[in-house]
Amino acid sequence: MTTLPTDFSDLEPFAGWSLGTEAERYAMRLSSTMDELQAFYDAAFPRLDAAIDYLDQFEVNALPEDATRLLWLCYSLVNVSFPVEVWRQPRVPDSGAASLDMLIEPAV
Amino acid sequence: MAHFPKPAEGSWTEHYPQLGTGPVSYEDSISPDHFELERKAIFARSWLNVGRVEQLPRKGSYFTKELDAAGTSLVVVRGTDGEVHVFHNICRHRGNKLVWNDYPGEETSGTCRQFTCKYHGWRYATEGQLTFVQQESEFFDLNRDDYGLAGVQVETWEGFIFVNLDLDNTTSLREYLGEFGDGLAGYPFDKMTQVYKYRADVGANWKLFIDAFAEFYHAPVLHAKQATADESRKLSGYGFEALAYKLDGPHGMVSSWGGMSPPKDLDMVKPIERVLRSGLFGPWAKPDIEGLDALPPSVNPSHHQAWGVDTFVFFPNFMLLIWEPGWYLTYHYWPTSYNTHIFEGTLCFAPPKSVRARLEQELAAVTFKEYALQDGNTLEATQTMLESRSVTEFPLNDQEILLRQLHKSARDRVDEYQQKFATPVRISNAS
Repeated sequence: MTTLPTDFSDLEPFAGWSLGTEAERYAMRLSSTMDELQAFYDAAFPRLDAAIDYLDQFEVNALPEDATRLLWLCYSLVNVSFPVEVWRQPRVPDSGAASLDMLIEPAV
Repeated sequence: MAHFPKPAEGSWTEHYPQLGTGPVSYEDSISPDHFELERKAIFARSWLNVGRVEQLPRKGSYFTKELDAAGTSLVVVRGTDGEVHVFHNICRHRGNKLVWNDYPGEETSGTCRQFTCKYHGWRYATEGQLTFVQQESEFFDLNRDDYGLAGVQVETWEGFIFVNLDLDNTTSLREYLGEFGDGLAGYPFDKMTQVYKYRADVGANWKLFIDAFAEFYHAPVLHAKQATADESRKLSGYGFEALAYKLDGPHGMVSSWGGMSPPKDLDMVKPIERVLRSGLFGPWAKPDIEGLDALPPSVNPSHHQAWGVDTFVFFPNFMLLIWEPGWYLTYHYWPTSYNTHIFEGTLCFAPPKSVRARLEQELAAVTFKEYALQDGNTLEATQTMLESRSVTEFPLNDQEILLRQLHKSARDRVDEYQQKFATPVRISNAS
């Protein structure tokens, strides 16, 4: 079963990152290894501009389902860019005791 | 050598001589007795921001606000008269909490025609009048007019809803907010309705987290890794100097450079920022809304070209950050004990008109969390070591002027309260 727009079928192996809330995306980041985060980043980052161009054919508040899943995957890419580009580990260093939960976020 | 001019006195701190320049005590952040005084002297009698008018879009829209620091819970509601009303969240019959779902300690929101108590079904209009009493004839001379909900003072400023629990308060909100309140009027807060709200339970005194966000002296060190290596070396070489500081009554502000939207050299920023054209300071492109061309006078007071963000600390627990690229951020700190509080950080953008704009905002919101986790993780460590009292005096530099101001304002309120109402039990402090 494909879940992403056909133009982005190359990202299907990473469709598990199509998560609708920040809490789910952050949890998946923390439960992934650096190899997994790097593999997702390496596949998705070069496709980010193309994904935005594709998604911007639509009204931002009226995306088809498969496009919404692609957008969620882009949100996950934003989230994992920190461990990959900055921290070299899934969690913010020294943040063991600290947490910050998203209480309200945009619907899409 | 200073990169930006300081006042004639030679420092920002000495420009405000009431602050002193000596080392300070943090006893006010580790004493349970002092916190009990702060509850009464500060939180039970200051104007407190509890939300925004956009949270009450319709007649009957309401939300509850747990005010542990003042020992109460409030219901904030837009009445059928269209006005914002605020009541203590308590039924007049036998004291049940009036509005809550599942867990009485958790905040809730919704829309209703009236409030109905879960216990015996007493009903109240959204303007507070008692409208229905179950088996009313069983009561003795009960006059419903005498049992409306207990109201508190409420006023709004630029769409921000403030309450004051002191029924004897005679200071208007506008007067309380002073120069900064006047000087921020007209900023298009009402057009920035795309909201991301974070919450954290923090194991530290409420003032310590304000301290962390009221100085940027820490930024080149604590956040060093968030910049590219070259940029980070450059930033720590510079250190941090603000463009300007201003104090007004118990409130203060710091005006800062930075953000570089867009940066002069794209190699200065991370790959994701290069593609999404956004970062900590927000999307590089300003949103297409009115009100951003001519900023109100309290914003960027030094009129500096490198201006990036202004941070306003409204006493006691409300901070407002205005970012050069055209969005704002608020912080609230709600004490739950002398060494714990709830932190709320709320990012507000103009609603995005494209997926690209939406992703720019997502990067800013995610970046905020990465920074805030770094800021937050020092707090519990600081609190526990301050509580050891192994060291009791701490030097503050000129870029930490707002910390002196906050702790002095808080101590002054406690002193005033004690002189007015109670037997003084003064804690020691260094200034």
